Amino acid sequence: MKTIPPGWWLTLLLTMCFTLATLFVPRAAWWNAVPRVADWNGRSQSDNVFKLLLGEGRRLFGNEMFTMADVYFHSGYYPSIFDQQETEHDVAMPAHGQTEDANSTGDDFLGPPRDWIAALDRRFVPNQHTHLDSGGASGHLKKAGVQEILPWLKLASEMNPQMIETYTVGAYWLQTGLHNPAEAQAFLFEGLHNNPGNSELLFDLGRLYYESYQDVNRARNVWLAALRCWEAQSADVKAGPQARFVCDEITMNLAHLEENERNWPQAIQYLQKVKQVSPNPDAIQKQIDEARKAMAAQTSTPAAPPH
Amino acid sequence: MNTIWALAGIVIKELYRRKDFYVLFVLTAVITIAAGSVRFFHDPNIVRYVKDLCLLLIWVSALLITIATAARQIPAERENRTIFPLLAKPVTRGQVILGKFFGCWLASGVALVVFYVFFAVTTGSREQYWPVADYLQAFLLQWIMLGVVTAMTLLGSIIFAAPSSTVTILFIVVAGILFLGRHLNTIAMHNPEPLRSVIYTIYFIIPHLELFDVRERLVNDWGLVNWLDCGLAALYAAAYAGLFLLLTWLAFRRKSLN
Repeated sequence: MKTIPPGWWLTLLLTMCFTLATLFVPRAAWWNAVPRVADWNGRSQSDNVFKLLLGEGRRLFGNEMFTMADVYFHSGYYPSIFDQQETEHDVAMPAHGQTEDANSTGDDFLGPPRDWIAALDRRFVPNQHTHLDSGGASGHLKKAGVQEILPWLKLASEMNPQMIETYTVGAYWLQTGLHNPAEAQAFLFEGLHNNPGNSELLFDLGRLYYESYQDVNRARNVWLAALRCWEAQSADVKAGPQARFVCDEITMNLAHLEENERNWPQAIQYLQKVKQVSPNPDAIQKQIDEARKAMAAQTSTPAAPPH
Repeated sequence: MNTIWALAGIVIKELYRRKDFYVLFVLTAVITIAAGSVRFFHDPNIVRYVKDLCLLLIWVSALLITIATAARQIPAERENRTIFPLLAKPVTRGQVILGKFFGCWLASGVALVVFYVFFAVTTGSREQYWPVADYLQAFLLQWIMLGVVTAMTLLGSIIFAAPSSTVTILFIVVAGILFLGRHLNTIAMHNPEPLRSVIYTIYFIIPHLELFDVRERLVNDWGLVNWLDCGLAALYAAAYAGLFLLLTWLAFRRKSLN
């Protein structure tokens, strides 16, 4: 029997491959919807790669990823599960307008070494409390940037899209530490896409418009939307300390915005709202009195004659 | 000494004839490059997660190569019956142990050099920063640690019945030491007597391989560890490697070869 030359076999196989491809590709259209790793930046919650692989179980990893961001923020100097645990993530504190507390990793959470092995071990691991935004372990701001925490925040948002803190902290560092308001805005939009009408995210978006873009009108509109969303919550939710803090932030920023715009009646109205939720109403009352004085001074001053 | 180096040379040749190293290296390279190709927030300067991942893969690969290579040396010689002509050269059993040890240790060192060169090129080209001394120190410390692991594995290969069980047990033991070793004293303090004393005894008996893990420092640019401390750690490792080799020799000396 005459043997078929290898070239013919190759041609036959290529033809078969092409035929099968034309047959299967339209049927496998779902493949186009599968997210590529390189597309993580632009994808929404509904179609992320982790949801495909882990289902709803991925939410369990969200907190771990957020903690990893904090570990990177401390350049690896971080308590393990066997040490005294952190009560707050330092990486999130500036985003919440807080400064470092006394129980932070600034304390030597390891304590004095118990034996010579532990003493030697400390020479081989990160052994000093530092923050990336102040140069990290090397102390060089250019060499160690806060951008190193971003992959973990992005992964945390992919794992648990309903974890609001991820978006607010990520947007804060993108806006202030990396001077990249466009990416901060995109990240907050992603958060709002996954959590429609969230007042915290809307507040941060308004702050971004106000501080980075100096767009007063847009900031006002977004903050007003945030206030409406806050009001729409149930009474139980609104009574919570976190919700009261968010309301305090929104109304206080609206009040400052109106003060800067010399819209004193609105400013006073917002300050009165702040007084209802603030833990320090006396200080707010002082601000209201000052605003009233400023309003009175403004109305008593005659308008300058036109030249 | 020539006999020992001749035996070591055979082990090194075995490394590049087998596929283990190539498979693990390609896997490490592919995963690292894939992770490095991801752009988070369109920022090209983010690099630490790539370094972290690459070093983790290097550690896992190096441990797999070392344990798998060392675990099959003596059992393979016995199974193929090549141990008899080898011992008839004449080569003493102690020389066989030392030759196998140095061969496995050097072979793991050669593999580690390739891995670290890849690591340096990948991360250096991304962050445009080349801390060569830091890389060299991390490499040396890891290689010293692999010496202890090699000696432990050779002892295991004499004690346990098959290379597969040696590999499994050694991998669990080494991973356990790396994960828990430095925390055993803390765990001991949270337990009542006599458990506390038992855990503390284990803490002092085990070789603290985690001392040689400077990945956190390397990833986060902590700079060099004091070379004097590295020297102390090297002495510590040498003592343990010597102890394990001695135990291997004692066990192998009485071992029937049939």
